Amino acid sequence: MKNLLEHMGIDPGRLHFSWISSAESTKFVEVAKNVTEEVMALQSKEKKYMKTKPKVA
Amino acid sequence: MTSYTDKIREISKRLLKEGKVDMVIGFTKGSVPMMNQPMFARNQNDVDGFAWDGNCGINLANYVTGRSEKIGIVAKGCDSRNLAVHIVENKIKRDQLYIIGVPCTGMVDRHKLTASVGGEIEAIEEDAAGKTVTISGNDFSETVDRVDVLQENCALCMHRNPVIYDELIAEEVPEQTEESVDRYEAVRKVEEMSPEEKWAYFDDLFSDCIRCYACRNACPLCYCPTCFVDESKPQWVGKSIDPSDIRIFHFLRAYHCAGRCTDCGACVRSCPMGINVRALTKKLEKDSLEYFGWEAGLTTEQRPPLDTYKPDDPEQFIK
Repeated sequence: MKNLLEHMGIDPGRLHFSWISSAESTKFVEVAKNVTEEVMALQSKEKKYMKTKPKVA
Repeated sequence: MTSYTDKIREISKRLLKEGKVDMVIGFTKGSVPMMNQPMFARNQNDVDGFAWDGNCGINLANYVTGRSEKIGIVAKGCDSRNLAVHIVENKIKRDQLYIIGVPCTGMVDRHKLTASVGGEIEAIEEDAAGKTVTISGNDFSETVDRVDVLQENCALCMHRNPVIYDELIAEEVPEQTEESVDRYEAVRKVEEMSPEEKWAYFDDLFSDCIRCYACRNACPLCYCPTCFVDESKPQWVGKSIDPSDIRIFHFLRAYHCAGRCTDCGACVRSCPMGINVRALTKKLEKDSLEYFGWEAGLTTEQRPPLDTYKPDDPEQFIK
């Protein structure tokens, strides 16, 4: 799935996968921080994921 | 190709006469050229409607889903692989099927032919040896080499002969090999692009999509009672032709076919806008092969890779 999304042009780094047990609170914090940082770094690039108003011919 | 047609009629007639099957599913000429359609023969008199030529590109496995009769079915390499997928997924039982295997040399690309001439194609003829195709219309007639107008998936096909069958209608045709064709050239080209280029490539690819869902309907894998695009509670995906909605539809449709798609090309053939929907499914096919060593529909013994767990499944993407 990650492969196909990236194949379609989603920036690598926007999609993260992780196994976190309910007992691993510190790992969760760490992963959440990393994900936010990476995605924030990418956000300024463009707004292509937003829906636009329909184009009327 | 007439010998194929005669043989299909002969076998169908025999099966129906002997009562071995309740019906035979095959192809018949469509009302317009290049649009052969499925035909269900339930008694011996119907079988003369069966036809075979280079326009039998739709996938007949689509028509056996969930049926309870004994069915004789005409199957090219790809149809037979999709029948195998159906059997694995419990959509039909092997003993319900009598598979009439058709060694196939590929189907002609109706989009390509239509684009190559100015006017409307009114007739299409193949020579007996299966080497050339002649298309004609109001004020033109053109003969082209058959290999040049094959559907892309057929030109890249590695399983031209049926993988499961009860009877073959002709000698097996020679298979293409990894050496003779480069299956994933187009996919690799996209893989090499930057994310922005990829995004633009698919934006352009899907820009003509009118959300008619012909690709879904033609696909033998798409047999869910309610498709995710038709559900409204919850509504998974927007129904507009906004680029983001179109992209989500195509992405999810393709992903549902991961590890199941046999690259039969029915989706591309059915698309009224001529969109190469296979750009996504081919990538998934490549990944299935690279990560799981899996090609769909080659066996009825094994479950598909996304359906099973193995300790050595690739998981580098999980942190």
